[in-house]
Amino acid sequence: MPRTTNAAGPSPPTARVEILAAGDSAFVVELGTDIDPAVNARAIAIAARLRDLRIAGVRDIMSSYASVTVCFDPLRTDVGALTGAMQRQVASTTPSPVHTPVPTEVPVAYGGVWGPDLELVARHAGCSPEDVVRWHAAPVYRVYMLGFVPGFAYLGRVDERIAMPRRDSPRLRVPIGSVGIAGSQTGIYPAETPGGWQLIGRTTVRPFDPGRDQAFLFAPGDAVRFVPTPASAMAPAEVPA
Amino acid sequence: MSIQVIKPGMLSTVQDLGRWGYQNFGVPAAGPMDRCAHRLANLLVGNPPSAATVEVTLIGPELAFEARSYVAVSGAEFDVRVGNRPVPMNAAFEVPAGSHVRLGRRHQGVRAYVAVAGGIDVPAPLGSRATHLPSRVGGVGGRALVAGDRLPIGTPSGAPPVLGRARRPIVPLPRGGSDIRVMLGPHDHACTPSGLEAFRSSRYVVSEQSDRMGYRLRGPAVGLRPAKPPLSDPTPQGTVQIPGSGQPIVLMADGQTTGGYPKVATVITADLPLAGQLGPGDWIEFKVCDRAGAMRALIAQEQALLA
Repeated sequence: MPRTTNAAGPSPPTARVEILAAGDSAFVVELGTDIDPAVNARAIAIAARLRDLRIAGVRDIMSSYASVTVCFDPLRTDVGALTGAMQRQVASTTPSPVHTPVPTEVPVAYGGVWGPDLELVARHAGCSPEDVVRWHAAPVYRVYMLGFVPGFAYLGRVDERIAMPRRDSPRLRVPIGSVGIAGSQTGIYPAETPGGWQLIGRTTVRPFDPGRDQAFLFAPGDAVRFVPTPASAMAPAEVPA
Repeated sequence: MSIQVIKPGMLSTVQDLGRWGYQNFGVPAAGPMDRCAHRLANLLVGNPPSAATVEVTLIGPELAFEARSYVAVSGAEFDVRVGNRPVPMNAAFEVPAGSHVRLGRRHQGVRAYVAVAGGIDVPAPLGSRATHLPSRVGGVGGRALVAGDRLPIGTPSGAPPVLGRARRPIVPLPRGGSDIRVMLGPHDHACTPSGLEAFRSSRYVVSEQSDRMGYRLRGPAVGLRPAKPPLSDPTPQGTVQIPGSGQPIVLMADGQTTGGYPKVATVITADLPLAGQLGPGDWIEFKVCDRAGAMRALIAQEQALLA
Protein backbone atom coordinates (compact mmCIF):
# COMPACT_ATOMS: atom_id res chain seq x y z
CA MET A 1 0.00 0.00 0.00
CA PRO A 2 1.64 3.28 -1.06
CA ARG A 3 2.03 5.76 1.77
CA THR A 4 1.58 9.47 1.54
CA THR A 5 2.81 12.21 3.79
CA ASN A 6 1.80 15.81 3.71
CA ALA A 7 4.57 18.34 3.44
CA ALA A 8 4.54 22.00 2.61
CA GLY A 9 6.74 23.35 -0.17
CA PRO A 10 9.53 25.81 0.48
CA SER A 11 7.81 28.68 -1.32
CA PRO A 12 4.36 29.47 -2.69
CA PRO A 13 3.92 27.69 -6.03
CA THR A 14 3.22 30.90 -7.88
CA ALA A 15 6.42 32.66 -6.75
CA ARG A 16 8.62 33.51 -9.68
CA VAL A 17 11.87 31.58 -9.39
CA GLU A 18 15.15 32.62 -10.85
CA ILE A 19 16.46 30.60 -13.78
CA LEU A 20 20.22 30.44 -13.50
CA ALA A 21 22.56 29.95 -16.45
CA ALA A 22 25.19 27.25 -16.07
CA GLY A 23 27.19 28.38 -19.09
CA ASP A 24 25.73 28.81 -22.58
CA SER A 25 24.12 25.37 -22.76
CA ALA A 26 22.41 24.67 -19.43
CA PHE A 27 19.82 26.30 -17.16
CA VAL A 28 19.21 25.46 -13.51
CA VAL A 29 16.24 26.09 -11.24
CA GLU A 30 16.97 25.76 -7.55
CA LEU A 31 13.87 24.88 -5.52
CA GLY A 32 15.39 24.61 -2.06
CA THR A 33 18.55 24.14 -0.04
CA ASP A 34 17.69 21.11 2.10
CA ILE A 35 17.13 17.40 1.64
CA ASP A 36 13.34 17.30 1.74
CA PRO A 37 11.10 14.66 0.09
CA ALA A 38 8.48 17.25 -0.92
CA VAL A 39 11.01 19.55 -2.63
CA ASN A 40 12.63 16.55 -4.32
CA ALA A 41 9.24 15.26 -5.54
CA ARG A 42 8.55 18.69 -7.03
CA ALA A 43 11.92 18.67 -8.85
CA ILE A 44 11.18 15.21 -10.27
CA ALA A 45 7.70 16.30 -11.40
CA ILE A 46 8.99 19.48 -13.09
CA ALA A 47 11.73 17.49 -14.88
CA ALA A 48 9.17 14.93 -16.10
CA ARG A 49 6.81 17.62 -17.44
CA LEU A 50 9.66 19.41 -19.21
CA ARG A 51 10.69 16.11 -20.85
CA ASP A 52 7.12 15.61 -22.05
CA LEU A 53 7.25 18.98 -23.83
CA ARG A 54 10.05 17.68 -26.11
CA ILE A 55 11.50 21.17 -26.57
CA ALA A 56 13.69 21.40 -29.69
CA GLY A 57 17.41 21.41 -28.93
CA VAL A 58 17.11 20.01 -25.38
CA ARG A 59 19.58 17.17 -24.79
CA ASP A 60 19.22 16.19 -21.15
CA ILE A 61 16.97 17.05 -18.21
CA MET A 62 18.09 16.14 -14.72
CA SER A 63 16.42 16.38 -11.33
CA SER A 64 18.60 16.46 -8.23
CA TYR A 65 17.87 16.79 -4.49
CA ALA A 66 16.32 20.22 -4.91
CA SER A 67 16.97 21.46 -8.46
CA VAL A 68 16.20 20.86 -12.11
CA THR A 69 18.87 21.26 -14.79
CA VAL A 70 18.19 21.42 -18.53
CA CYS A 71 21.12 20.87 -20.94
CA PHE A 72 20.60 22.04 -24.50
CA ASP A 73 22.38 22.55 -27.81
CA PRO A 74 22.81 26.34 -27.94
CA LEU A 75 22.76 26.37 -31.77
CA ARG A 76 19.38 24.60 -31.94
CA THR A 77 17.47 26.04 -29.00
CA ASP A 78 15.22 29.06 -28.64
CA VAL A 79 16.53 30.18 -25.25
CA GLY A 80 13.55 32.47 -24.55
CA ALA A 81 11.05 29.69 -25.27
CA LEU A 82 13.00 27.28 -23.07
CA THR A 83 13.23 29.59 -20.05
CA GLY A 84 9.55 30.51 -20.51
CA ALA A 85 8.59 26.82 -20.44
CA MET A 86 10.73 26.30 -17.34
CA GLN A 87 9.03 29.27 -15.59
CA ARG A 88 5.58 27.94 -16.44
CA GLN A 89 6.32 24.40 -15.27
CA VAL A 90 7.84 25.62 -12.01
CA ALA A 91 4.80 27.85 -11.39
CA SER A 92 2.24 25.16 -12.21
CA THR A 93 3.91 22.20 -10.49
CA THR A 94 2.68 22.64 -6.97
CA PRO A 95 4.07 20.79 -3.99
CA SER A 96 1.82 17.79 -3.45
CA PRO A 97 1.71 14.80 -1.11
CA VAL A 98 4.76 12.62 -1.56
CA HIS A 99 3.97 9.25 -3.02
CA THR A 100 6.12 6.34 -1.82
CA PRO A 101 6.09 3.47 -4.31
CA VAL A 102 6.53 -0.20 -3.37
CA PRO A 103 10.19 -0.49 -2.32
CA THR A 104 12.74 -2.54 -4.26
CA GLU A 105 14.28 -4.98 -1.80
CA VAL A 106 18.06 -5.17 -1.83
CA PRO A 107 19.64 -8.12 0.03
CA VAL A 108 22.82 -7.12 1.87
CA ALA A 109 25.51 -9.21 3.55
CA TYR A 110 26.59 -6.87 6.36
CA GLY A 111 29.99 -6.69 8.08
CA GLY A 112 33.06 -8.90 7.86
CA VAL A 113 34.83 -8.91 4.49
CA TRP A 114 31.69 -7.42 2.92
CA GLY A 115 31.43 -4.38 5.14
CA PRO A 116 34.91 -3.48 6.42
CA ASP A 117 33.67 -0.26 8.09
CA LEU A 118 30.72 -1.77 10.01
CA GLU A 119 32.67 -1.89 13.30
CA LEU A 120 33.88 1.69 12.73
CA VAL A 121 30.31 2.93 12.24
CA ALA A 122 29.23 1.04 15.38
CA ARG A 123 32.06 2.69 17.38
CA HIS A 124 31.11 6.10 15.92
CA ALA A 125 27.50 5.49 16.98
CA GLY A 126 28.40 3.94 20.32
CA CYS A 127 26.28 0.89 19.58
CA SER A 128 26.75 -2.73 18.50
CA PRO A 129 27.29 -3.76 14.84
CA GLU A 130 23.93 -5.55 15.09
CA ASP A 131 22.26 -2.22 15.96
CA VAL A 132 23.87 -0.58 12.90
CA VAL A 133 22.48 -3.35 10.69
CA ARG A 134 19.02 -3.13 12.29
CA TRP A 135 18.86 0.67 11.97
CA HIS A 136 20.24 0.68 8.40
CA ALA A 137 17.76 -1.98 7.27
CA ALA A 138 14.71 -0.45 9.00
CA PRO A 139 13.70 2.54 6.81
CA VAL A 140 12.20 2.68 3.37
CA TYR A 141 14.70 4.94 1.60
CA ARG A 142 13.87 7.44 -1.11
CA VAL A 143 15.98 7.65 -4.30
CA TYR A 144 16.61 11.41 -4.28
CA MET A 145 18.76 11.45 -7.39
CA LEU A 146 21.32 9.53 -9.41
CA GLY A 147 24.85 10.70 -10.07
CA PHE A 148 28.55 10.12 -9.40
CA VAL A 149 28.71 7.04 -11.69
CA PRO A 150 25.99 5.45 -13.88
CA GLY A 151 23.18 4.04 -11.77
CA PHE A 152 24.44 5.35 -8.41
CA ALA A 153 21.35 6.26 -6.37
CA TYR A 154 21.60 8.75 -3.50
CA LEU A 155 19.30 7.23 -0.84
CA GLY A 156 18.04 8.97 2.27
CA ARG A 157 17.67 9.50 5.01
CA VAL A 158 19.93 7.37 7.12
CA ASP A 159 19.02 7.04 10.83
CA GLU A 160 20.80 9.94 12.55
CA ARG A 161 22.47 7.60 15.05
CA ILE A 162 24.53 5.91 12.30
CA ALA A 163 24.93 8.89 9.95
CA MET A 164 28.74 8.76 9.98
CA PRO A 165 30.53 11.19 7.65
CA ARG A 166 32.71 10.12 4.71
CA ARG A 167 36.21 8.80 5.28
CA ASP A 168 38.92 11.47 5.41
CA SER A 169 40.71 9.93 2.47
CA PRO A 170 38.74 7.95 -0.10
CA ARG A 171 39.57 4.32 -0.91
CA LEU A 172 41.17 3.93 -4.34
CA ARG A 173 39.08 0.83 -5.03
CA VAL A 174 35.60 0.11 -3.69
CA PRO A 175 34.27 -3.31 -4.80
CA ILE A 176 31.17 -3.41 -7.01
CA GLY A 177 27.97 -3.90 -4.98
CA SER A 178 29.39 -2.29 -1.83
CA VAL A 179 26.79 -0.60 0.39
CA GLY A 180 28.00 2.55 2.10
CA ILE A 181 27.00 5.43 4.35
CA ALA A 182 27.99 9.10 3.95
CA GLY A 183 26.26 11.24 6.56
CA SER A 184 22.51 11.03 6.05
CA GLN A 185 22.94 9.34 2.66
CA THR A 186 23.37 5.68 1.80
CA GLY A 187 23.96 3.97 -1.54
CA ILE A 188 25.15 0.98 -3.57
CA TYR A 189 28.32 1.20 -5.70
CA PRO A 190 27.26 0.13 -9.23
CA ALA A 191 30.90 -0.33 -10.38
CA GLU A 192 34.34 -0.72 -8.90
CA THR A 193 35.42 2.89 -8.39
CA PRO A 194 37.33 5.01 -5.90
CA GLY A 195 35.04 6.06 -3.07
CA GLY A 196 34.91 7.68 0.35
CA TRP A 197 31.74 6.23 1.86
CA GLN A 198 31.81 4.01 4.97
CA LEU A 199 31.32 0.46 3.66
CA ILE A 200 29.00 -1.60 5.86
CA GLY A 201 27.95 -4.43 3.52
CA ARG A 202 27.68 -5.76 0.02
CA THR A 203 24.91 -6.88 -2.34
CA THR A 204 24.67 -8.96 -5.51
CA VAL A 205 22.19 -6.40 -6.86
CA ARG A 206 23.63 -4.44 -9.82
CA PRO A 207 22.11 -0.95 -10.13
CA PHE A 208 23.59 -0.50 -13.64
CA ASP A 209 24.06 -3.06 -16.41
CA PRO A 210 24.15 -1.63 -19.94
CA GLY A 211 23.53 -5.12 -21.34
CA ARG A 212 20.30 -5.60 -19.36
CA ASP A 213 16.84 -4.70 -20.76
CA GLN A 214 16.38 -2.32 -17.85
CA ALA A 215 19.89 -0.83 -17.76
CA PHE A 216 19.15 1.19 -14.61
CA LEU A 217 17.51 -0.41 -11.60
CA PHE A 218 16.57 2.88 -9.93
CA ALA A 219 15.03 6.19 -11.00
CA PRO A 220 14.55 9.36 -8.95
CA GLY A 221 11.53 8.98 -6.68
CA ASP A 222 11.84 5.19 -6.30
CA ALA A 223 11.88 3.49 -2.91
CA VAL A 224 14.47 1.00 -1.62
CA ARG A 225 14.70 -1.25 1.44
CA PHE A 226 17.79 -3.20 2.52
CA VAL A 227 17.27 -6.76 3.72
CA PRO A 228 20.00 -8.37 5.86
CA THR A 229 21.13 -11.60 4.22
CA PRO A 230 23.57 -14.30 5.35
CA ALA A 231 26.99 -14.19 3.70
CA SER A 232 26.26 -17.62 2.15
CA ALA A 233 23.90 -15.83 -0.26
CA MET A 234 26.87 -14.10 -1.89
CA ALA A 235 28.40 -15.80 -4.94
CA PRO A 236 31.82 -17.36 -4.30
CA ALA A 237 33.27 -15.04 -6.95
CA GLU A 238 32.35 -12.11 -4.72
CA VAL A 239 34.62 -13.25 -1.91
CA PRO A 240 37.65 -10.98 -1.75
CA ALA A 241 41.01 -12.68 -2.20
CA MET B 1 36.38 -4.35 -43.03
CA SER B 2 38.25 -3.35 -39.96
CA ILE B 3 41.24 -1.59 -38.48
CA GLN B 4 43.70 -3.54 -36.38
CA VAL B 5 45.42 -1.72 -33.53
CA ILE B 6 49.16 -2.45 -33.82
CA LYS B 7 50.27 0.04 -31.14
CA PRO B 8 47.59 1.80 -29.06
CA GLY B 9 49.50 5.00 -28.21
CA MET B 10 49.20 6.52 -24.74
CA LEU B 11 45.42 6.75 -24.41
CA SER B 12 43.34 6.18 -27.52
CA THR B 13 39.55 5.88 -27.24
CA VAL B 14 36.61 5.67 -29.62
CA GLN B 15 34.47 8.85 -29.40
CA ASP B 16 31.37 10.23 -31.09
CA LEU B 17 29.34 13.35 -30.21
CA GLY B 18 28.36 11.84 -26.87
CA ARG B 19 25.79 9.83 -24.96
CA TRP B 20 23.08 12.38 -24.30
CA GLY B 21 19.83 11.74 -22.45
CA TYR B 22 21.06 9.62 -19.52
CA GLN B 23 22.55 12.18 -17.15
CA ASN B 24 19.47 11.76 -14.95
CA PHE B 25 20.78 8.22 -14.36
CA GLY B 26 24.34 9.36 -13.67
CA VAL B 27 25.76 8.69 -17.15
CA PRO B 28 28.04 11.50 -18.42
CA ALA B 29 27.82 12.38 -22.11
CA ALA B 30 31.56 11.74 -22.72
CA GLY B 31 32.48 12.47 -26.38
CA PRO B 32 35.51 14.23 -27.90
CA MET B 33 37.58 16.65 -25.80
CA ASP B 34 38.08 18.71 -29.01
CA ARG B 35 34.67 18.61 -30.72
CA CYS B 36 35.83 20.81 -33.61
CA ALA B 37 38.78 18.57 -34.54
CA HIS B 38 36.53 15.49 -34.34
CA ARG B 39 34.01 17.14 -36.64
CA LEU B 40 36.62 18.43 -39.10
CA ALA B 41 38.22 14.97 -39.44
CA ASN B 42 34.77 13.46 -40.09
CA LEU B 43 33.87 16.17 -42.59
CA LEU B 44 37.12 15.60 -44.54
CA VAL B 45 36.35 11.90 -45.11
CA GLY B 46 32.67 12.54 -45.94
CA ASN B 47 31.24 11.33 -42.61
CA PRO B 48 28.35 12.92 -40.70
CA PRO B 49 29.49 14.76 -37.51
CA SER B 50 28.10 11.94 -35.37
CA ALA B 51 30.41 9.25 -36.83
CA ALA B 52 32.85 7.76 -34.31
CA THR B 53 36.55 8.63 -34.53
CA VAL B 54 39.61 7.56 -32.53
CA GLU B 55 40.73 10.20 -30.03
CA VAL B 56 44.50 10.05 -29.58
CA THR B 57 46.32 11.51 -26.54
CA LEU B 58 49.95 12.77 -26.55
CA ILE B 59 51.46 9.59 -28.07
CA GLY B 60 49.86 8.38 -31.27
CA PRO B 61 48.87 4.87 -32.31
CA GLU B 62 49.81 2.67 -35.25
CA LEU B 63 46.76 1.33 -37.08
CA ALA B 64 46.65 -1.34 -39.81
CA PHE B 65 43.91 -1.02 -42.44
CA GLU B 66 42.61 -4.28 -43.88
CA ALA B 67 40.96 -2.69 -46.91
CA ARG B 68 41.51 0.50 -48.91
CA SER B 69 40.13 3.43 -46.90
CA TYR B 70 39.99 7.21 -46.75
CA VAL B 71 41.35 8.66 -43.53
CA ALA B 72 41.87 12.15 -42.06
CA VAL B 73 43.65 13.33 -38.90
CA SER B 74 42.78 16.63 -37.16
CA GLY B 75 43.51 18.28 -33.83
CA ALA B 76 46.90 18.09 -32.13
CA GLU B 77 49.67 18.35 -34.72
CA PHE B 78 51.45 15.02 -35.31
CA ASP B 79 53.77 13.70 -38.02
CA VAL B 80 51.39 11.34 -39.84
CA ARG B 81 52.58 8.61 -42.19
CA VAL B 82 50.94 5.99 -44.36
CA GLY B 83 53.62 3.34 -44.51
CA ASN B 84 56.71 5.51 -44.97
CA ARG B 85 54.93 8.30 -46.85
CA PRO B 86 54.23 11.53 -44.90
CA VAL B 87 50.66 12.80 -45.29
CA PRO B 88 49.23 16.16 -44.22
CA MET B 89 47.02 16.79 -41.20
CA ASN B 90 43.54 18.26 -41.85
CA ALA B 91 43.20 16.62 -45.26
CA ALA B 92 41.80 13.26 -46.34
CA PHE B 93 44.27 10.73 -47.73
CA GLU B 94 43.95 7.31 -49.25
CA VAL B 95 45.22 4.31 -47.30
CA PRO B 96 45.94 1.30 -49.55
CA ALA B 97 44.75 -2.11 -48.33
CA GLY B 98 47.18 -3.61 -45.84
CA SER B 99 48.88 -0.27 -45.05
CA HIS B 100 49.67 1.11 -41.62
CA VAL B 101 48.85 4.66 -40.47
CA ARG B 102 51.23 5.99 -37.83
CA LEU B 103 50.94 9.12 -35.72
CA GLY B 104 54.58 9.83 -34.86
CA ARG B 105 56.18 12.90 -33.40
CA ARG B 106 53.80 15.41 -31.81
CA HIS B 107 54.45 19.13 -32.32
CA GLN B 108 51.58 20.94 -30.63
CA GLY B 109 48.32 20.27 -28.80
CA VAL B 110 47.35 17.16 -26.84
CA ARG B 111 44.54 15.33 -28.65
CA ALA B 112 44.14 14.30 -32.30
CA TYR B 113 41.24 12.58 -34.06
CA VAL B 114 41.58 9.82 -36.65
CA ALA B 115 38.48 9.59 -38.84
CA VAL B 116 37.90 6.87 -41.43
CA ALA B 117 35.24 7.05 -44.15
CA GLY B 118 32.30 5.07 -42.75
CA GLY B 119 33.22 5.75 -39.14
CA ILE B 120 34.27 3.35 -36.39
CA ASP B 121 31.34 0.95 -36.10
CA VAL B 122 31.60 -0.46 -32.58
CA PRO B 123 28.34 -1.16 -30.64
CA ALA B 124 26.47 1.89 -29.31
CA PRO B 125 25.27 1.11 -25.75
CA LEU B 126 22.65 3.68 -24.63
CA GLY B 127 22.73 5.16 -28.12
CA SER B 128 26.36 6.20 -28.41
CA ARG B 129 29.77 4.77 -29.29
CA ALA B 130 31.58 7.27 -27.07
CA THR B 131 33.92 5.64 -24.54
CA HIS B 132 33.34 6.69 -20.94
CA LEU B 133 36.41 5.29 -19.22
CA PRO B 134 35.34 5.59 -15.54
CA SER B 135 32.11 3.61 -16.05
CA ARG B 136 33.53 1.30 -18.75
CA VAL B 137 30.77 2.06 -21.25
CA GLY B 138 31.06 2.46 -25.03
CA GLY B 139 33.98 2.18 -27.43
CA VAL B 140 35.79 -1.16 -27.23
CA GLY B 141 34.69 -2.78 -23.96
CA GLY B 142 34.46 0.65 -22.32
CA ARG B 143 38.25 0.95 -22.24
CA ALA B 144 41.17 2.55 -24.07
CA LEU B 145 42.44 0.69 -27.14
CA VAL B 146 45.06 -2.03 -26.71
CA ALA B 147 47.30 -3.77 -29.28
CA GLY B 148 45.33 -6.41 -31.13
CA ASP B 149 41.93 -4.67 -30.93
CA ARG B 150 39.89 -4.78 -34.12
CA LEU B 151 37.76 -1.74 -34.94
CA PRO B 152 34.95 -2.44 -37.43
CA ILE B 153 34.46 0.24 -40.11
CA GLY B 154 30.94 1.29 -41.09
CA THR B 155 29.59 1.85 -44.59
CA PRO B 156 30.82 5.15 -46.08
CA SER B 157 28.06 7.72 -46.64
CA GLY B 158 28.96 8.17 -50.29
CA ALA B 159 29.97 11.81 -49.75
CA PRO B 160 33.33 12.35 -51.46
CA PRO B 161 36.40 12.74 -49.25
CA VAL B 162 38.18 16.12 -49.41
CA LEU B 163 41.52 14.96 -50.83
CA GLY B 164 44.73 16.92 -51.22
CA ARG B 165 44.14 20.46 -50.01
CA ALA B 166 44.64 20.77 -46.25
CA ARG B 167 42.02 22.75 -44.30
CA ARG B 168 43.02 25.27 -41.66
CA PRO B 169 42.29 23.96 -38.16
CA ILE B 170 39.02 25.43 -36.80
CA VAL B 171 40.54 26.21 -33.39
CA PRO B 172 44.20 27.33 -33.41
CA LEU B 173 46.21 25.01 -31.16
CA PRO B 174 47.35 26.57 -27.88
CA ARG B 175 51.08 27.15 -27.30
CA GLY B 176 51.88 26.61 -23.64
CA GLY B 177 48.48 27.77 -22.46
CA SER B 178 45.46 29.83 -23.36
CA ASP B 179 42.81 32.28 -22.32
CA ILE B 180 39.59 30.34 -21.73
CA ARG B 181 36.27 32.18 -21.84
CA VAL B 182 33.69 31.41 -19.15
CA MET B 183 30.23 32.57 -18.16
CA LEU B 184 30.01 33.26 -14.42
CA GLY B 185 27.55 31.32 -12.26
CA PRO B 186 25.47 29.69 -11.07
CA HIS B 187 27.33 29.93 -7.73
CA ASP B 188 29.72 32.87 -8.24
CA HIS B 189 28.03 34.48 -5.19
CA ALA B 190 29.64 31.69 -3.11
CA CYS B 191 33.05 33.37 -3.66
CA THR B 192 34.43 36.19 -1.54
CA PRO B 193 34.95 39.39 -3.58
CA SER B 194 38.72 38.87 -3.47
CA GLY B 195 38.25 35.18 -4.34
CA LEU B 196 36.25 36.08 -7.43
CA GLU B 197 38.85 38.70 -8.34
CA ALA B 198 41.61 36.06 -8.05
CA PHE B 199 39.63 33.74 -10.32
CA ARG B 200 39.14 36.46 -12.96
CA SER B 201 42.65 37.86 -12.98
CA SER B 202 45.08 35.03 -12.16
CA ARG B 203 47.02 32.59 -14.22
CA TYR B 204 46.37 28.94 -13.33
CA VAL B 205 48.41 25.91 -14.30
CA VAL B 206 46.93 22.56 -15.37
CA SER B 207 48.26 20.02 -12.85
CA GLU B 208 49.38 16.45 -13.43
CA GLN B 209 46.04 15.27 -11.99
CA SER B 210 44.24 16.08 -15.20
CA ASP B 211 42.53 13.77 -17.63
CA ARG B 212 39.33 13.33 -19.63
CA MET B 213 37.31 13.69 -16.40
CA GLY B 214 38.69 17.09 -15.54
CA TYR B 215 41.61 19.39 -14.91
CA ARG B 216 42.79 20.23 -11.43
CA LEU B 217 44.35 23.68 -11.60
CA ARG B 218 47.05 25.24 -9.41
CA GLY B 219 47.21 28.94 -8.67
CA PRO B 220 45.88 31.66 -6.38
CA ALA B 221 43.09 30.21 -4.21
CA VAL B 222 39.52 31.26 -4.99
CA GLY B 223 38.19 32.11 -1.53
CA LEU B 224 34.69 30.97 -0.63
CA ARG B 225 32.32 32.66 1.82
CA PRO B 226 31.68 30.55 4.90
CA ALA B 227 28.46 28.71 4.09
CA LYS B 228 26.91 25.30 4.16
CA PRO B 229 28.06 23.47 1.01
CA PRO B 230 25.42 23.30 -1.75
CA LEU B 231 23.49 20.05 -2.21
CA SER B 232 24.95 17.82 -4.92
CA ASP B 233 23.52 18.72 -8.27
CA PRO B 234 24.41 18.47 -11.96
CA THR B 235 27.83 19.49 -13.25
CA PRO B 236 27.61 19.99 -17.03
CA GLN B 237 30.75 19.80 -19.18
CA GLY B 238 32.94 22.87 -18.67
CA THR B 239 31.78 23.49 -15.07
CA VAL B 240 34.46 25.17 -12.95
CA GLN B 241 33.99 24.03 -9.35
CA ILE B 242 35.83 25.30 -6.30
CA PRO B 243 36.60 22.77 -3.56
CA GLY B 244 37.61 23.82 -0.05
CA SER B 245 41.24 24.23 -1.11
CA GLY B 246 40.20 27.07 -3.45
CA GLN B 247 42.04 25.43 -6.36
CA PRO B 248 39.64 25.32 -9.34
CA ILE B 249 38.64 22.07 -11.05
CA VAL B 250 37.40 22.23 -14.68
CA LEU B 251 35.09 19.31 -15.49
CA MET B 252 35.70 17.90 -18.95
CA ALA B 253 34.08 15.27 -21.22
CA ASP B 254 34.17 12.30 -18.79
CA GLY B 255 33.38 14.40 -15.68
CA GLN B 256 30.84 13.00 -13.25
CA THR B 257 27.25 14.17 -13.68
CA THR B 258 26.81 15.63 -10.19
CA GLY B 259 28.99 17.39 -7.64
CA GLY B 260 28.69 19.15 -4.33
CA TYR B 261 31.23 21.98 -4.67
CA PRO B 262 30.20 25.53 -5.59
CA LYS B 263 30.16 25.99 -9.37
CA VAL B 264 31.47 29.49 -10.00
CA ALA B 265 31.64 29.50 -13.77
CA THR B 266 31.26 27.40 -16.91
CA VAL B 267 33.58 27.28 -19.93
CA ILE B 268 31.70 28.46 -23.02
CA THR B 269 30.97 25.76 -25.62
CA ALA B 270 33.19 27.47 -28.20
CA ASP B 271 36.24 27.23 -25.90
CA LEU B 272 35.81 23.61 -24.77
CA PRO B 273 37.83 22.36 -27.80
CA LEU B 274 40.66 24.75 -26.92
CA ALA B 275 40.56 23.55 -23.29
CA GLY B 276 40.63 19.99 -24.62
CA GLN B 277 44.00 20.68 -26.26
CA LEU B 278 45.64 21.71 -22.95
CA GLY B 279 47.77 19.33 -20.93
CA PRO B 280 49.66 19.24 -17.62
CA GLY B 281 51.94 22.28 -17.26
CA ASP B 282 49.89 24.50 -19.60
CA TRP B 283 48.41 27.74 -18.22
CA ILE B 284 44.82 28.97 -18.23
CA GLU B 285 43.51 32.50 -17.70
CA PHE B 286 39.75 32.75 -17.34
CA LYS B 287 38.09 35.58 -19.29
CA VAL B 288 34.50 36.32 -18.36
CA CYS B 289 32.04 36.76 -21.20
CA ASP B 290 28.25 36.93 -21.53
CA ARG B 291 25.80 34.74 -23.44
CA ALA B 292 25.92 37.00 -26.52
CA GLY B 293 29.71 36.71 -26.66
CA ALA B 294 29.55 32.94 -26.17
CA MET B 295 27.03 32.62 -29.00
CA ARG B 296 29.02 34.84 -31.39
CA ALA B 297 32.10 32.67 -30.82
CA LEU B 298 30.13 29.46 -31.33
CA ILE B 299 28.43 30.67 -34.51
CA ALA B 300 31.78 31.82 -35.96
CA GLN B 301 33.19 28.34 -35.23
CA GLU B 302 30.22 26.68 -36.90
CA GLN B 303 30.63 28.90 -39.98
CA ALA B 304 34.33 28.05 -40.16
CA LEU B 305 33.53 24.33 -40.00
CA LEU B 306 30.95 24.54 -42.78
CA ALA B 307 32.98 26.93 -44.99
